[in-house]
Amino acid sequence: MSSLLNIVKQSFGLGAVAVSGGVHPPEHKHESTTQAVGQLPLPHQLTLPLRQHVGNLPKVLVKLGDYVLKGQLLAEAEGNISAAIHAPSSGTITSIEDALIPHPSGLPDRCITIALDGKDEWIAHAPIDWRKLETEQDKSKLLEGLRSSGIVGLGGAAFPTQVKLRTNAKSSVDTLVLNAAECEPYITCDDMLMRERADQILKGLEIAQHLLGAKQCLIGIEDNKPEAAEAMRHACANSPLSKLVPLKVVVVPTQYPSGDARQLIRLLTGIEVPADKRSTDVGLQCFNVATVLALHRYFDFGEPSISRIVTITGNVQKPANYEVLFGTSVADLVQAGGGALADTDGYIMGGPMMGFNLPSVSVPITKASNCVIASAPNLFPSAPPAMPCIRCARCADVCPVSLQPQELYWFAKSSNLEKARDYNLFDCIECGCCTYACPSNIPLVQYYRFAKSEIIAQDRAKEAANLARERNEFRLMRIDREKQERAEKHAQKAAGAKAEAAKTEATSATEAPEDVAMAAKKAAIAAAIERAKAQKAAAVPQNVVDAIPSVQAEIAEIDARREAAKQSVTDAIATNDAQEEK
Amino acid sequence: MNRSPYLSSAPSVSLIMVKVMLALVPAIAAYVWVFGAGILVVLALASITALLCEALMLKLRDRPIKPFLMDGSALLTAWLLALSLPPLAPWWLVVVGTFFSIVIAKQLYGGLGYNPFNPAMVGYAVLLISFPVIMTHWPAPLELAEAKLSFANQLQYIFGTSDSLSLDAVSMATPLDYLKTQLTLHHTVQQVSLAPQFGMLGAKGGELVVAAYLLGGLYLLQQRLITWHLPMAFLSVLALMASAFYLLDPAHFAHPLFHLFTGASIFGAFFIITDPVSGPTTPKGKLVFAAGIAVLTYLIRVYGGYPDGVAFSVLLMNMCVPLIDAWTQPRVFGHFK
Amino acid sequence: MLTAVYVMLFLALLLGVLLGYSALKFKVDGDPLVARIDAILPQTQCGQCGFPGCKPYATAIAAGEADINQCPPGGNAGARALADLMGVEYKPLNAEHGLPNPKSVALIDEATCIGCTLCIQACPVDAILGAAKHMHTIIASECTGCELCLAPCPVDCITMEPIAESPDNWKWRYPVFDIKSVGQVGNLQAGTRH
Repeated sequence: MSSLLNIVKQSFGLGAVAVSGGVHPPEHKHESTTQAVGQLPLPHQLTLPLRQHVGNLPKVLVKLGDYVLKGQLLAEAEGNISAAIHAPSSGTITSIEDALIPHPSGLPDRCITIALDGKDEWIAHAPIDWRKLETEQDKSKLLEGLRSSGIVGLGGAAFPTQVKLRTNAKSSVDTLVLNAAECEPYITCDDMLMRERADQILKGLEIAQHLLGAKQCLIGIEDNKPEAAEAMRHACANSPLSKLVPLKVVVVPTQYPSGDARQLIRLLTGIEVPADKRSTDVGLQCFNVATVLALHRYFDFGEPSISRIVTITGNVQKPANYEVLFGTSVADLVQAGGGALADTDGYIMGGPMMGFNLPSVSVPITKASNCVIASAPNLFPSAPPAMPCIRCARCADVCPVSLQPQELYWFAKSSNLEKARDYNLFDCIECGCCTYACPSNIPLVQYYRFAKSEIIAQDRAKEAANLARERNEFRLMRIDREKQERAEKHAQKAAGAKAEAAKTEATSATEAPEDVAMAAKKAAIAAAIERAKAQKAAAVPQNVVDAIPSVQAEIAEIDARREAAKQSVTDAIATNDAQEEK
Repeated sequence: MNRSPYLSSAPSVSLIMVKVMLALVPAIAAYVWVFGAGILVVLALASITALLCEALMLKLRDRPIKPFLMDGSALLTAWLLALSLPPLAPWWLVVVGTFFSIVIAKQLYGGLGYNPFNPAMVGYAVLLISFPVIMTHWPAPLELAEAKLSFANQLQYIFGTSDSLSLDAVSMATPLDYLKTQLTLHHTVQQVSLAPQFGMLGAKGGELVVAAYLLGGLYLLQQRLITWHLPMAFLSVLALMASAFYLLDPAHFAHPLFHLFTGASIFGAFFIITDPVSGPTTPKGKLVFAAGIAVLTYLIRVYGGYPDGVAFSVLLMNMCVPLIDAWTQPRVFGHFK
Repeated sequence: MLTAVYVMLFLALLLGVLLGYSALKFKVDGDPLVARIDAILPQTQCGQCGFPGCKPYATAIAAGEADINQCPPGGNAGARALADLMGVEYKPLNAEHGLPNPKSVALIDEATCIGCTLCIQACPVDAILGAAKHMHTIIASECTGCELCLAPCPVDCITMEPIAESPDNWKWRYPVFDIKSVGQVGNLQAGTRH
């Protein structure tokens, strides 16, 4: 029925009325919007994972023991799609090693840990003139600066923002969409940001519009945020941007997942971005409100991306929003929220529809962390055991991308990955609506995630295999070619040497030239082996040559222990042999 | 701990089945009113057989018994079959039919969610083909019966201990059946509809049951247990076909409303063709499926060998469901075919 | 009676001509069989199958000289794919040719390397960078894990390092959950993968 309504509305050029499909989970937003955004006290240390964004890992510039100031560049962006990491506060680098990160795998990853000195001293920073945009060089200089600003999409996707602000002849932006929908339940960080800092958001929007040359700006916000919508309207009215281009706050019906970029674009403009193209290819770009605010802080104050607002909610005493420095432990945030209640059985990062379980409470807050929910059995009861699929197609009814989740489920379940790909598995946005609606409690999204990562791994393996095949074929060709060249050379030599041979009898080696070469090689190798053995025995680890006496003593102790162990092993073998002989 | 999404809104499978059974209650009440309480015994027989068969099969297949038994799907199949059978059907007929539905048509294909054919309709078809006489011996509505049947008498019929009252005395051809035979005897529809078993729109007495089914069907729609596609498509195509034939030759083809309100039209529209497991999953597919059933039902009613064609039409269209699904895939967001 | 025979004969001839014509006119030029088999093989070029590389093994399978279950890096999945392609019965891997190892990459201990180039000559995909009397190193992204370089090294300085799981290459697992608690003896099959 809603689709019929949409057709009617679209025929009158009114855009889509609502997300086709979608669900309405209970919102639970009021719990965390009762107080203003708080500031966490400065923690003792910050642990910054290198992998906080989509794209290449940044290159670490600091080393152990370095003293860094607040806002100092710790790791620079490397490659086309990458982002930098900055120190969120001043202190000393105490480790650059693997530590537990907030990731569904629970695996550790490389992190830089800073022990804070409490001074919170800023590095020298200054505003950047972003209005000067006459030549291409001006623009590329600004984007270059943005590359080292550490700003990534703060809506959760963490895509480096400087890439999204590039435009060229092929992709120009007519409409700039600001994503203020925040459709997932429990999360209220964007809501509070808009209520308190709407002016700053608009200033950031000015910058984005200027860099993209957008001809109009639309701010999409759900109707469950009336105060935020009012604040944004007020800010729009006061912003100089409203005099430059049409600037509108559009309130959309509350429905999950209206916050998905493509869904929001269709809601606001009626344009459906083709699946194989990017939104910039159809003249649209979409940013989260917090991201444009970060743009404002960077350009107008020179501050790199070092903090964000995070919601702490769920089974805690005082759910609220806090401005958190990146690298702060989730435990500190939970404490600020009054501490978790006694029956808490874990923590979820993100919202209840798309979030994941945290491996521990001691993981750091990263650029992609928008919310931490303390979970308890009464809030999120265990799913009952899954029943077989009864083909009721409720999942297909609620899928915002109009996929056939039941078909994808059968294919993923039987590992029929090619068919899954044909049925557009990679268009799935993993929103969880299908699983939410399934009467048989089948964990559909888990199947799709499994199928997707299998397909990606298989594709990578196939690419690697193709490359290996090419290299092998080239190698075989190269060997053939070398053989041919050698044969030609020999033929030439033989022709020239025939004359010589008449003079000198064939007294020289009766052995074939290859054997001579092989013998010489063998001799050389034998000599090298002797040298290597000597080297191994004499190999002294470089970094202890000038070590302080206490360290040298330690090393001597370890060496002695190693010798003793070696000796005991040989003794044991000897006694074993002796016993066997008996 | 769970995985995302950590929330769920859906009613469980057992709740869905219970609600569908609830939707059948008005019809059962109407049945009792019109035909006597014998139907309750048939329902009980079918339910017990279904549960026993399902439990046995689950045990043989080494599957957990409790969750599958408690999901109510076997019970619902039993009720749907029982309501398709004549109310005074012998107990062994009920048991055989239910056995076929549960064991052959459902469990042997893999249990809940795996059967390609509507289990209740498979059971009905098997019985109809194997025992045609008994299956077409519907008792007259209580108000029309020559001999008023008490509940005890009905039990005697069901459990086969009656020898005093013959079945012929209490049975009466259903309107569809009567119409079919009379038309072959070259009577016109108008003459035939003067017979006592014809009520205002459909069968006398039977109309009440049909109205009760309609009520149940509307309840299902309101509860969002079914979507409008299937019942709407089926009834409209059936009405369309009947209208076309009726307009061409009113003497030999019954009025469309007659077709809508007799036989299993309403019952089928809301309860039989909406079986999710054996039906299509795409909205367009549902329309095609229901339309196909309507066309086949009409053809079987008019030109086929059986008075009512819903069961066979459903089974025939069940065969086409994979093709229908493949050909009616909806347009995916961002893909422009 | 005779007319029936003539009609059938005529139909047979007609349909035969039609089929023959279609087979020629609508022929799809697919890859030759060897290329299609080679596309399934993992290109590790390790020689565990008994042939000096994946292409020779593919040629042997196409000629019927080799069985489909001789490739450990392809695993059982590869054997299945080959069985599907060749239209033969699936066979699990033949253990005589080795068992699948976890994906590894070779690593040269640079302190011990003597620069003899023997490993460079052994590598089937030229994944070792180096020259005579110069340091050798494995280009990790090109290494297929075939282990052919381990044997020729006279100083035994090459080891195989399994590729560890990191957040970069981590895969979501196949969902497994209970239909019923596996606490009862004798009914263990019921509590497994659904």
